[in-house]
Amino acid sequence: MSTSVEISDVTRIREQSWFASLLANQALWVTVAVALICIATAIEQPDSFATKNNFHNITRNFAAIGIIAMGMTAVIITGGIDLSVGSVMALSAIVAARLLESGFDWYVGVAGGLMAGLVVGAINGALIAHIKLPPFVVTLGMLSIARSLAIVASDNRVIYQFGEGGDTFKWLGGGRLDLPWIDGDVLPLSNMFVVLVVMAVIMSIVLRTTSWGRYLFAIGGNEHAARLTGIPVDRIKIQVYMLAGFTAAIAGILSAGYGGSASNGMGKTYELYVIAATVIGGANLMGGKGSIYGAFIGAALIFLIRNSLIMFGVDANWYDLFVGLFIILAVLLERLRGRTRG
Amino acid sequence: MAVLELTGIAKHFGAIEALRGVDLTLEDGEVLGLMGDNGAGKSTLVKIIAGNFPPSAGQIRIDGKAMHFHKPVDAREAGIEVVYQDLALCDNLSAAANIFLGREFKRKFGFFRFLDFGRMYQRAGELFEELQSETRPRDLVKQMSGGQRQAVAIARTRLSEPRIVLMDEPTAAISVRQVAQVLDLIRRLRDQGIAIILISHRMPDVFAVCDHVAVLRRGSLVADKSVADTSPEEVTGLITGAIARA
Repeated sequence: MSTSVEISDVTRIREQSWFASLLANQALWVTVAVALICIATAIEQPDSFATKNNFHNITRNFAAIGIIAMGMTAVIITGGIDLSVGSVMALSAIVAARLLESGFDWYVGVAGGLMAGLVVGAINGALIAHIKLPPFVVTLGMLSIARSLAIVASDNRVIYQFGEGGDTFKWLGGGRLDLPWIDGDVLPLSNMFVVLVVMAVIMSIVLRTTSWGRYLFAIGGNEHAARLTGIPVDRIKIQVYMLAGFTAAIAGILSAGYGGSASNGMGKTYELYVIAATVIGGANLMGGKGSIYGAFIGAALIFLIRNSLIMFGVDANWYDLFVGLFIILAVLLERLRGRTRG
Repeated sequence: MAVLELTGIAKHFGAIEALRGVDLTLEDGEVLGLMGDNGAGKSTLVKIIAGNFPPSAGQIRIDGKAMHFHKPVDAREAGIEVVYQDLALCDNLSAAANIFLGREFKRKFGFFRFLDFGRMYQRAGELFEELQSETRPRDLVKQMSGGQRQAVAIARTRLSEPRIVLMDEPTAAISVRQVAQVLDLIRRLRDQGIAIILISHRMPDVFAVCDHVAVLRRGSLVADKSVADTSPEEVTGLITGAIARA
């Protein structure tokens, strides 16, 4: 068998053409859905939907879910799940708020809140990686524990007196960045959305171009094989749960700043929206598959549905039904595409 | 000097004696067929050599130096590569990503280190060419045939300069045409001076590529003979116990 083909000819061949892999990309279809919903709503409500203020509002509203979805994507790619993120959000917000309330400056509060998220994530990760407990059960337990700790730490009250560092703390979550726009105008972007975009860019780069990112996919694809090649599987698992806790803490701290108060009820059922966002964006709960852009656009879709329903005058109580439909539709789409591929 | 020398290898799992007193030597560029019935101890022996677990007794020497492996990576560093029966591939990754898994080429960029995709695709392409396999580095393993998957697993062993490659039932679950391809791959490894231990149930494969054949029965080595000095009938007798020892 003589090879007249040069190596470089073969190495450049991809398994799918650029166009085919784009069509098979779930995130693309979600992007199309987002665009269609935007166009439809803009036609229905030209004066209130396609405005800079509404853009500011929607992007801020989905930012918290989006930020946590960054960490959740990493967890789901390894084949895990983290149900505790909503509770961690509340716990971190309460820890930060209590520190501020007792007179510490804003950065101490922020550091304390982030630390709470990291510690909870490390405990989740250690139980999952070292004791080999199932992630679903460990984080379900932690959902309960972290919520309870948040309630205890807050004395079951809403904390809104942030003391000296309060102004900066509130600006972090509630402030905005004015992007220069046409005609000397500005496009207001919430700080939360800016944080989300920055995190999404960093996480995309990490997942695509570093060995750590590749190991997440390897662990999700075949954990045993990953272990045999010497990948520090246990350490990486702990790291992804710490990342999930960290992102939940960021979301909690920013939400508390935005709302001007920290309540121990913050983030209830958010884990479901976060998981929904990642799954709608193309992540597979069996592991080995998922993308940051997918999680981003999935989070956008979930909140856009809410906004559009209101704009169309649909009773807001129908909202969760639509979210549910989109989750099932997303999985159905994947199944159909899987069938046509072989 | 023998590249691999096993002396008195034994392994107990609680009360179960999986291996006892196994002595075996392997020279450079030699292909050893390791045969035996299910439960004879083949996999246990391979896992000991591959560093998955330590022996209860006995010694492993590589180039005359005593080795103590605590994990598979230790064995890999000593020049032992393994093609596992299930191939240990990640279906969701490309051929190149699987080959380099855990040993990626990286490029420094300030404080950060990023994957060097160009070099990895290039090197993976070269490895497949050496193996004369028509596998493309960017293809997802999920979409590959059994023979191509074997090629990926074998190409992975060529990344370092291995002394010994252990292959656990590489021809068990693939089509006849692909079996021929895999046997060719084994010959090419041997031609490069690599010693190979081939664990197989398939007598024709062992007689086609091996220089030596060793037979395990109920944890003991009952034969270690040159292929020229034995026959499939004798080996079958040794495996089943119809022939006690040879």
